[in-house]
Amino acid sequence: MNFDISIITNSLPYLWKGFQYTLELTVISAAGGLFFGTLLALARLSSIKGLQMTAAGYVNLMRSIPLVLVIFWFFFLVPLILQAITGAERPPQVGAERTAIITFIMFEAAYFCEIMRAGIQSIPRGQIHSSYALGLNYSQTMRLVILPQAFRNMLPVLLTQTIILFQDTSLVYVISATDFVGAAAKIAQRDSKLVEMYLFVALVYFILCFSLSLAVKQLQQKIAVIR
Amino acid sequence: MNYNWNWGVFFQETPDGGTFYWEMLVSGLGWTLAVSVVAWLIAMTVGAVVGTMRTLDGKAPVLFGHAWVELFRNIPLLVQMFLWYFVIPEFVPPLKHWMVNTEPVFAQFLSAVLCLGLFTSARIAEQVRAGIQSLPRGQRLAGSALGLTTWQSYRHVLLPMAFRIIIPPLTSETMNLIKNSSIALTIGLAELTFRARELGEYTFSFFEAFTAATLVYVVIAMSANRVMAHVERRVAVPGLIAAGGGGH
Repeated sequence: MNFDISIITNSLPYLWKGFQYTLELTVISAAGGLFFGTLLALARLSSIKGLQMTAAGYVNLMRSIPLVLVIFWFFFLVPLILQAITGAERPPQVGAERTAIITFIMFEAAYFCEIMRAGIQSIPRGQIHSSYALGLNYSQTMRLVILPQAFRNMLPVLLTQTIILFQDTSLVYVISATDFVGAAAKIAQRDSKLVEMYLFVALVYFILCFSLSLAVKQLQQKIAVIR
Repeated sequence: MNYNWNWGVFFQETPDGGTFYWEMLVSGLGWTLAVSVVAWLIAMTVGAVVGTMRTLDGKAPVLFGHAWVELFRNIPLLVQMFLWYFVIPEFVPPLKHWMVNTEPVFAQFLSAVLCLGLFTSARIAEQVRAGIQSLPRGQRLAGSALGLTTWQSYRHVLLPMAFRIIIPPLTSETMNLIKNSSIALTIGLAELTFRARELGEYTFSFFEAFTAATLVYVVIAMSANRVMAHVERRVAVPGLIAAGGGGH
């Protein structure tokens, strides 16, 4: 077997473009997922039964079906939803790349919700009582007292989940979006260089994820010392 | 929203004739379960061995266990699937020979099972290690005081305890495995999600097909949960908080 390294160096610009999309997808989905996940967590912990059950239902549903199936669902669902919102004649063409962003935000929200819920529940109840005693209302209590601490306590878990998300974004391959893996796969199939391309992709992911998880571990120890 | 639901689609005949569309989903479910069961057996066996290695005294087994876990945890499962199906056979000529000559579905099945089994083994190894390390040191010491060899104290004292403690995380790893088996569709294995999409493409009833697949996955997740909860109650270690009820 001869290993053709030139195919990798020659296709670096194309791979880099795919990689940029992977990064973009990861960052936007993590931010969006965290935002909606926090809202979901607040809904799950609220005293309004209907809100509680809707949020729990959504989270449990998302967590019991495969991500690939979720990607397919949204790929066909997003154009119809947009059509319903805008009232257009026919479903708008959204494109795989943009659909993927919406999909991952909605999917990750379920996972970030569970992390934030654990974070909120780890705060002593006395803090809520003292906030109310100080005259803060619900939104102020959450925004200024509870959520910042929950976020800080859960930071290592949130970052670990983001590393998992970074790996999971590769699944946009199934709707032919050109992320890092998608770009590599296209070249691999065009030039029949599957061995070189897939080994290279695996190596890049491994180096990145391994160093990121080491960094998270260090951060975890640092936070543990402060507390 | 503008969508005409057509639930009757499952009872229409496929273009090949003789079979109905719902049978497609059933055959997909069969492959999902087959892949999951075989991969689960691999994952539990290898995971128990690797997890144990990480708690041994020697440096080499600990290092090996660590490398094993990091290797499988830091590469996307999709890429691992491609490695098992497209890349590794290139380095193992007899395997390549077999894969080219056998029915494609067997080659896909083998790759998927190895990929999912070993990927999950790394995650189970972490749980097994955590389970063993959560045991009081006295258990290991008592084992050697009784004259048990290292193998015997693991076999009769540490592992039975550890496995009973880690049943809840093992349950979620099992469900993750079943969900992850859908990634085998990228190498062409016609499991449940693959079949749902195929059904959608044949009939344009995408949402009916996805709804059916979603329901099946939810039912699988719920039954796996039930079964494991039952096992958990049966084997609960008396006296631990987790065992709940009874006691004093």
